[in-house]
Amino acid sequence: MLHILARVLHVTSVAPNVYVLAFHAPDLAAAVRPGQFVNILTGDSLQPLLRRPFSVYRTEGDAVEVIFQRVGKGTAALSLAQPGGFLDIIGPLGAGFHLDDPRYQTAVLIGGGLGVAPLPIATAALQKAGKRVVTLLGARTAGQLVETHLENVHVATDDGTRGLHGTVVDLAAQYLPVGAHEDARLFGCGPTPMLRALAEFARTRALECEVSLEGQMACGIGICQGCPVELTGQLRTYALMCKDGPVFNTRDIVI
Amino acid sequence: MVRTEFHIAGVHFKNRVLAASGTFGYGDECTDLVDVQRLGGIVTKSLSLKPRDGNPPPRIVETSGGMLNSIGLANIGVHRFIAEKLPRLRALDITVVANIAASSVDEYCAVLDLLEEAGGAHAYEINVSCPNVKEGGLNFGTDCAMTAGITRRLRARTRKPLILKLTPNVAQISTFARAVQDEGADAVSVINTLIGMAIDIRTRKPLLSTVTGGLSGPAIKPVALAKVYETARSVHIPVIGIGGISTPSDAIEFFLAGATAVQVGTANFIDPAAGVHVAEGIATWCTTQGIDDVGKLVGTLDTQGGVSVLESWL
Repeated sequence: MLHILARVLHVTSVAPNVYVLAFHAPDLAAAVRPGQFVNILTGDSLQPLLRRPFSVYRTEGDAVEVIFQRVGKGTAALSLAQPGGFLDIIGPLGAGFHLDDPRYQTAVLIGGGLGVAPLPIATAALQKAGKRVVTLLGARTAGQLVETHLENVHVATDDGTRGLHGTVVDLAAQYLPVGAHEDARLFGCGPTPMLRALAEFARTRALECEVSLEGQMACGIGICQGCPVELTGQLRTYALMCKDGPVFNTRDIVI
Repeated sequence: MVRTEFHIAGVHFKNRVLAASGTFGYGDECTDLVDVQRLGGIVTKSLSLKPRDGNPPPRIVETSGGMLNSIGLANIGVHRFIAEKLPRLRALDITVVANIAASSVDEYCAVLDLLEEAGGAHAYEINVSCPNVKEGGLNFGTDCAMTAGITRRLRARTRKPLILKLTPNVAQISTFARAVQDEGADAVSVINTLIGMAIDIRTRKPLLSTVTGGLSGPAIKPVALAKVYETARSVHIPVIGIGGISTPSDAIEFFLAGATAVQVGTANFIDPAAGVHVAEGIATWCTTQGIDDVGKLVGTLDTQGGVSVLESWL
């Protein structure tokens, strides 16, 4: 875990209201694992007060990238970050995806909306590990799809403007017919309703599935106890999203 | 060299800035990011007799200049604290204040007895004022006789410093401070969180699972300062100021209002080194002011002959 002042390299709009922010952070770039996140102080005023957590999108050399949609005060401030300026960042945080398990061959990466966030860094790691990668992306409309730095991409849109007219879980059902791809493992990220549907899909197909959750956090490092995730049939009732997650096996949690 | 240390009932604290309960875990989580030994002390997460799962999500929501929480005293329980956390804390050169929360007077006593037997905690802070747990319909901290009674029972069981953490959610906090002082408390911590709430107008639903929660952060600093001022004028035991402190100047305001020491809380969530920065900034400021002991600031608010006009408000 590092606490750094990182120089902003660029903020680039990659879709309407969607930005990729790159910052120079060699130690962080070397340490971060797919599915881990960084906690960024988006300004030096009291509004917003708390840091904002972002999955790491990609690393390239000494640069670390996050992707975000401008939805509130924190992301509005970040979208205006100036190259050459500095951002106060803590990371890498949390537990990431278990990508290098030898018991599967095909990684099916499933991203809904900005749930694409951890998929490029996961893709790079999977390629290195020699896994086959299939990527299923869902978005409200074609213009919201961010398909770069991914492999073997299939898409679904809610409005039918591209790919399958439906959800990314519908796409998964089509792509993974019963009996096929038993060596596949699912790795998902996206809005909670999508993850809930994905967990149910994985359960009915008896496929292993890990998902990266999104939610409010105060500290991001396990001290405030503010981000409980309900566990299924465990001794404890809750895990912490920031420390035990944000990636969980869907068998272990109530989404 | 500025003198920063102080004592409560004979127990030594390196400086006057402690990490507040519930904002610094059990002291061993943030060692990557901060040298905790540069703090005056660590107040642990509230410890109960048995582990507590805490409240369902959502437990936190950010508000203007602050945050609401409804953690519900999620903690590992005193037994695991003694087995797993105390040995790590003992290895550090740091004053440890064990914070105790309970849902009955007997439970307070049981937790304190276990900690006494284990050794390793230098002082106790008693949380009678968590706004998020209401078992058996009791809310000890808003009942003055109950708060005094808990103090009396615990006083009889330990010679270590006993610090009562008081709630601001009462008509007059100084009445409570006097009551616990009369029962032998060595200090009071002022204040715990203020009860607050936030609503999502689109869904017309509360933003916390328990509807109301505890407000903390810079937003509550003026309230906390006034409560410290009121309390410090009413008791002769030390008052530990808490509420929205994030900078050295925040802390110095509390000293002037009468706080012997301060605790940094919510600011730890933004930067776990916040307390160390506050402690070191206080010492630096004192040096620039020619003050050789931070203690010389305590209670020196000048209320005679007018007020100060803020020069920098533009």
